[in-house]
Amino acid sequence: MSEKVKVTIDNIEIEVDPGTTILNAARMIGGDIVPPAMCYYSKLKGSGGKCRTCLVKVSQGSAKDPRPMPKLVASCRTTVMDGMIVQNITSPEVIEARKGVVEFLLINHPLDCPVCDQAGECHLQDLSFEHGKDQSRYEFKRRTFEMIDIGDNIKLHMNRCILCYRCVYTADQITNQRVHGVLGRGDASEIGTYISKAIDNDFSGNVIDVCPVGALTDKTFRFKNRVWFTKPVDAHRDCDKCCGKVTLWYKGEDVIRVTGRKDQYGEVDEFICNTCRFDKKKTNDWTIDGPTKVSRHSVISANHYEEKELLPVIDRKIL
Amino acid sequence: MTQKILLKDINVPGINTFDVYRKQGGYAAVEKALKTMSPDDVVEEVKKSGLRGRGGAGFPTGMKWSFLAKPEGVPRYLVCNADESEPGTFKDRYLMTHTPHTLIEGMIVSSYALGANTSYIYVRGEMMPQIRILEKAIAEAKNAGFLGKNILGSGYDLEVYVQPGGGAYICGEETALLESLEGKRGNPRIKPPFPAIAGLYGCPTVVNNVESIAAVSWIVVNGGDEYAKIGIGRSTGTKLISASGNINKPGVYEIELGLPVEEFIYSDEYCGGIANGKRLKAVVAGGSSVPILPANLILKLANGQPRLMSYESLSEGGFATGTMLGSGGFIVMDEDSCIVRNTWNFSRFYHHESCGQCSPCREGTGWMEKVLHRIEYGHGKMSDIDLLVDVAKKIEGNTICPLGDAAAWPVASAIRHFRDEFEWHVKEPNAAMEGNYGLANYADPIPVVETAN
Repeated sequence: MSEKVKVTIDNIEIEVDPGTTILNAARMIGGDIVPPAMCYYSKLKGSGGKCRTCLVKVSQGSAKDPRPMPKLVASCRTTVMDGMIVQNITSPEVIEARKGVVEFLLINHPLDCPVCDQAGECHLQDLSFEHGKDQSRYEFKRRTFEMIDIGDNIKLHMNRCILCYRCVYTADQITNQRVHGVLGRGDASEIGTYISKAIDNDFSGNVIDVCPVGALTDKTFRFKNRVWFTKPVDAHRDCDKCCGKVTLWYKGEDVIRVTGRKDQYGEVDEFICNTCRFDKKKTNDWTIDGPTKVSRHSVISANHYEEKELLPVIDRKIL
Repeated sequence: MTQKILLKDINVPGINTFDVYRKQGGYAAVEKALKTMSPDDVVEEVKKSGLRGRGGAGFPTGMKWSFLAKPEGVPRYLVCNADESEPGTFKDRYLMTHTPHTLIEGMIVSSYALGANTSYIYVRGEMMPQIRILEKAIAEAKNAGFLGKNILGSGYDLEVYVQPGGGAYICGEETALLESLEGKRGNPRIKPPFPAIAGLYGCPTVVNNVESIAAVSWIVVNGGDEYAKIGIGRSTGTKLISASGNINKPGVYEIELGLPVEEFIYSDEYCGGIANGKRLKAVVAGGSSVPILPANLILKLANGQPRLMSYESLSEGGFATGTMLGSGGFIVMDEDSCIVRNTWNFSRFYHHESCGQCSPCREGTGWMEKVLHRIEYGHGKMSDIDLLVDVAKKIEGNTICPLGDAAAWPVASAIRHFRDEFEWHVKEPNAAMEGNYGLANYADPIPVVETAN
């Protein structure tokens, strides 16, 4: 491995391997300085750079060439240079640009969180909240689509799609039968299926996991519960198609959803097959590994209370 | 009289055929380069010439060539960008139509300089006549031994192919062009890596405009120093200008860079003045993607000196009082022109042509177009004007490729210089619907420029 390079992000210095992107360097530091990412997905080759939510300011290109980069850059696709200085939340320009992106995304993405199954797991919902933008100044008619079934278990609701291309990359890279992609151009672009409106292969369910908003949803889970009322549990099984490592989402004793295990940035660790995702909905099908670790800041943790220690003055016997 | 380089033989009958072109001294550059010069010598001459990319950005061509990576065993490509489609720009198709061998000769010499054995001319799909003309010219050159294996016995092999594009404006952006050439949807790539490192099929590639490549032959024959003597400052050589709008003589003109804008508009050699004796109101100097300038700013610099047709002079003052030479699409508007309607028209184009990959461009171009439509048709609100400025600002610089900037700049500059006209459209919707907003409607009219002749 060649020598490490030093990069400073929002006044915090870190040494990383050459070739690391600014976003991943920020993720190594963690905390508030990590730029948001709607289209970048570390497990998908070539993803990123499209949504422009991860724009940052490079106020010093490198130690050798300290000139600032003339424009804001997509942190998910820009690799660090030794001595680079990056501003994310410390730059008003970045915050303003990001607000603009959120407003653009909200033009054709209704914040219909009360009915959307992605509520509580939606990155745009988080962005909207973080940037104080709950709507766009756009006053014209929004484009609307009928919901369509693409395959037996997946529903596409184009109204909510922000064209991040993640599902297209997923279908392209981890399935052997890509039958959908982006059709049309400009604001008339849409995710479309080519043949029979069906995505039918063993790994097609992963397009649901990678969707950052509620455009692609699991038909076996739709409207069954709000995510923060469910209990996520890590489990595994021997599977001849995939790693078999999943998160089971319980409602009471019932498994109502199965997803890939996700990291703190909402990206699955390993993609899972449709058999594990859609067909194995009984506890007996799985070996339970334990409760899923959920950040206490996550809405998913909102309904998971630890048993509090009783104050010494309260006598347990009287309870 | 301006020295002509690209269009010097344009009036010679049959100049579009190989035989006539050859009799006029054509293909001398190929002979000279392949027989007496090394590829590096050619690159050096182009560097000396100071030739800057004629597609719009104005990046020095020789320097761009010198960035080309040269890994062992990996092919290199030259791609000619003939996807000309910006409103107001029509110079490349003129050159390809009337003197195609100028381009083919330039392709051979440039490919030799770059070490490319396969080169492509990517032509906009709608330009079928030009595609046929180029294919015929290539066949003629090949029959004469200027293309194919062992050209002129030099040991250098080259094949040039004409590839029709998909007919999308975005395919004129160099990385989208490469995607399209590879048979994929014409979406711009995120840079870096730049095409000089990883371009067509992942190999080192140079993408040059038609006019840039066509100029290389003259530079090789006459020397880079001679070319650098033409023009002014860092704007060397000649430039094709597509002049359109309210002028007496619209057309394609070859000018020496440094020509005063006023002379270009009013002299009989070029545009011949404003049509119907009207007064000049505004000019878009470099194709629809560059900022518009009102009459007083397009003719004079802030210090009162005449503004010149050069990269530096046109951009003097930044976007506050300047614009860009761009691709040389010179659109002249007279006193009866409606700035709001023209801006809306440009905006419609960019909305339609946005590829939709990145959020600000995909959503912002449509938003601006709809607001402009509303103002133009008498339903605008005063707050719409600031909204447009704000949306343009949110797009500018935040997109994957320059199409976002191209969409934002015309809107922002039109409001910067003609805000009162936008306000008038909002305040007097019926009057705005009835007729255009001419100079007479200005509360504080812009200085009227008297004709030069």
